[in-house]
Amino acid sequence: MADSGPATAQNNSAAAVALREVDVAFRLAQGGTYRAVERATLTVADGEFVAIVGPTGCGKSTLLNIAAGLLTPFAGQADIFGAPLSGLNRQAGYLFQADSLFPWKTALENVAIGPETAGVPASEARPRALEWLKRVGLGAFADRYPHMLSGGQRKRVGLAQVLIRDPKILLMDEPFGPLDAQTRQIMGNLLLDLWSADRKAVLFVTHDLEEAIALSDRVVIMSAGPSARIIGDWRVTLPRPRDISEVKLDPAFHELHRDIWHRLKAEVVKGYAQAEGAQ
Amino acid sequence: MSRVTLLTLQVLVAVISIALWYVLTTYPIFGKVLLPPFFFSNPVDVAKQVIAWFVSGVIWKHLWVTLSESILAFVLGSVGGVLVGFWFARQPRTAAVFDPYVKMVNALPRVVLAPIFTLWFGLGIWSKVALGITLVFFIVFFNVYQGVKEVSPTVLANARMLGMNERQLMRHVYWPSALSWMFSSLHTSVGFAVVGAVVGEYLGAAAGLGYLIQQAEGVFDVAGVFAGMFVLAAFVVIIDLLVSMVEKRLLVWRPAVGEGRP
Ligand SMILES: Nc1ncnc2c1ncn2[C@@H]1O[C@H](COP(=O)(O)OP(=O)(O)OP(=O)(O)O)[C@@H](O)[C@H]1O
Ligand SMILES: [Mg+2]
Repeated sequence: MADSGPATAQNNSAAAVALREVDVAFRLAQGGTYRAVERATLTVADGEFVAIVGPTGCGKSTLLNIAAGLLTPFAGQADIFGAPLSGLNRQAGYLFQADSLFPWKTALENVAIGPETAGVPASEARPRALEWLKRVGLGAFADRYPHMLSGGQRKRVGLAQVLIRDPKILLMDEPFGPLDAQTRQIMGNLLLDLWSADRKAVLFVTHDLEEAIALSDRVVIMSAGPSARIIGDWRVTLPRPRDISEVKLDPAFHELHRDIWHRLKAEVVKGYAQAEGAQ
Repeated sequence: MSRVTLLTLQVLVAVISIALWYVLTTYPIFGKVLLPPFFFSNPVDVAKQVIAWFVSGVIWKHLWVTLSESILAFVLGSVGGVLVGFWFARQPRTAAVFDPYVKMVNALPRVVLAPIFTLWFGLGIWSKVALGITLVFFIVFFNVYQGVKEVSPTVLANARMLGMNERQLMRHVYWPSALSWMFSSLHTSVGFAVVGAVVGEYLGAAAGLGYLIQQAEGVFDVAGVFAGMFVLAAFVVIIDLLVSMVEKRLLVWRPAVGEGRP
């Protein structure tokens, strides 16, 4: 991991995202605090695809919010391309876990809003938005409002909305969460296609370990909360370009899966037990 | 139920009610007219009165007065409600300071204000407009306030991540959300604008549907009272239809009730 003295800040080889010893505590409405994440250290190199896997409620979304600048850590630091992050992360595109499209805008308007916000005239932004909708397979749905789209279609509009701005860093929070297995594969391949065109740094949250391995360069495992930590970091060396359904047949894939799952299983069980106890 | 059946049944209800009204006010049953015409008039007289109003043309002036009072009350009350609603929602401190007074004024039955407005603004249309405004303002205000407050935090975070500044957030997030809440109460606020106008006229005016009803009542012209009520009802139904059309256009992005998606 690069040392982050002021001299080396801003250097070109700095990681796209570097979280250092990040602690997060939430103040609870009924008093007291909840220590969600403790001393989490995580780096994503420029052009690297990193997946975070962990039991539900461990703090995956929380880490993305910190990388996005939406949440300030209680202790520790977030560096973006070597510079400490303060305020929103302007270099990142964020695909949220929950529905985040503007319900009062059509699919096309939702995608065009990014460039329009940046001052691109509508006459230029709209055709580009349509281009992106076609790229995610929704060219025929440009005039639909979000409530007229399926869950998966909404996620794809969200993907286009983020990618049209060409962010250097892509934060994705369970983007394929509500989808069936087949659609997940199609979306996964689509994502890999788009990503390989211009390798952005990707931080990708999922609860599906197979998906994590199939897509990413590194898989990071978090422990169950409270005080969740990062407890494992595996490098995935499967060759690219990959096809998700094919890569899953690779013996190396299975070996890795077995390894990681062995470590993860204990945490998942612990996570459920804690959730039960909390009730 | 098909459209035709529905319409037939709806018309049937009207026909039966009017027929009952006619029979009970005209023919003695067991030697007694159950609804004395002096108090209940009868459909024929009422229809005659309505027709007479339209033939002579006197009704147009009254309709016009009530309509313009309603429109003015609606527009001014809505503008005020939107501005104050936005202001309070974005300035929680101001909202907290004014909160008890807002609740107090809103709890006040507006009819008691009518005499004061007549004193202040005279017998012309403005005292009625003022009464309508006090009704419309609070509905719009509460809805806009709610709309700005209840913007989904995820949508808001997304908007900020997409690079929106405060002004763009206002335009693309808060404003549409507030408007959607306001439009969803459009029927109520338009209805109250009419109520304000008619009640104001009833309590003291020189023209308008409320005035017409009040005049008829003053001389025990029950047919005139009923005729006024019918014209008023028709007037409200037509306005409500117009509102429905406007609403349908403005809220295309919202799922229709019962469409199955949240
Ligand atoms: N605003 C908050 N106040 C209090 N606790 C919070 C708040 N936000 C999150 N938490 C808690 O922090 C922990 C981590 O939440 P987070 O949303 O990051 O989980 P996650 O790993 O994304 O879970 P999932 O896989 O279910 O999406 C959870 O236990 C959650 O209850
Ligand atoms: Mg989450």
